[in-house]
Amino acid sequence: MCHQTVSLIARHLEANGISTLCMASALDIVKAGRPPRISFVDFPLGHTVGKPFDRAGQLDIVRRGLLGLETMTHAEQADLQPVRWADTEDWKAEEWRKGGAGGKDERKPRDGTPQYQTAQDRILAEGR
Amino acid sequence: MEPIEYMRMTRELYESLGHQPYGWLQADTPPPFTALKKPLSQCRVGMVSTSGAYVVGQRAYHYKDDTSIRAIAKSTPTDQIHFSHITENYLPDPRRDPNCVFPIDTLRTLEAEGFVGEVAADLFSCMGGIYSQRRVREELIPVLAENFARQNVDAVLLVPM
Repeated sequence: MCHQTVSLIARHLEANGISTLCMASALDIVKAGRPPRISFVDFPLGHTVGKPFDRAGQLDIVRRGLLGLETMTHAEQADLQPVRWADTEDWKAEEWRKGGAGGKDERKPRDGTPQYQTAQDRILAEGR
Repeated sequence: MEPIEYMRMTRELYESLGHQPYGWLQADTPPPFTALKKPLSQCRVGMVSTSGAYVVGQRAYHYKDDTSIRAIAKSTPTDQIHFSHITENYLPDPRRDPNCVFPIDTLRTLEAEGFVGEVAADLFSCMGGIYSQRRVREELIPVLAENFARQNVDAVLLVPM
């Protein structure tokens, strides 16, 4: 759903004179929203701009993504970044096992109160 | 090597759970296009991440179509960036290294290198798991657009989770 949201934001900004580049790991969802420019990173969700603590890899991904702003000269171009999450594609089968038919609904309840990462965060933000 | 078909995956999951299918956005018109007016090395670049990032001390996001945003100063220490997002199952790595979905160190480095002219003083986040496309359009986007216009950015990097 995040990928749908970025497509909507990008189209609005672009119509108002700001160039945009959408990073993406869910290529089908972002493409359906037809934003102006896409840079696709074929990693599991939660790693759109790099693997944890991989500073060099993170820089390569964001640098290449931003370069799309200069190199994509018409709308609806998508760059497929030359990166791999692992030596094999086994992680994709695992994603299907967890998130496809027979999988588990991992979404949290649609609670209307702030959901802090830690109890301390709540105290610091709300004083309780 | 084929990308995962997340829309089909979600449809099959929802079906197997007895949920109604989600009506994904299918844009029926081509996007607008604004060419970059100068080299990146002279541009002021903004960023929004839909990962639900917040700075310790700020209010966290809620999970019921929260359309609010947080401004996060680019000078914020990385370990002060925490996350709340309805798909919390994707957060273990971002919670260890925010740069997986909120590229704050990455952008600081690219600014220092001169790859971009400048990174806007504040980066933005929202909680992108908003079911209502109408609320994205009517509540989230106008506020974000106003902030980016005020920052006078040339380009915006969008990072979904």
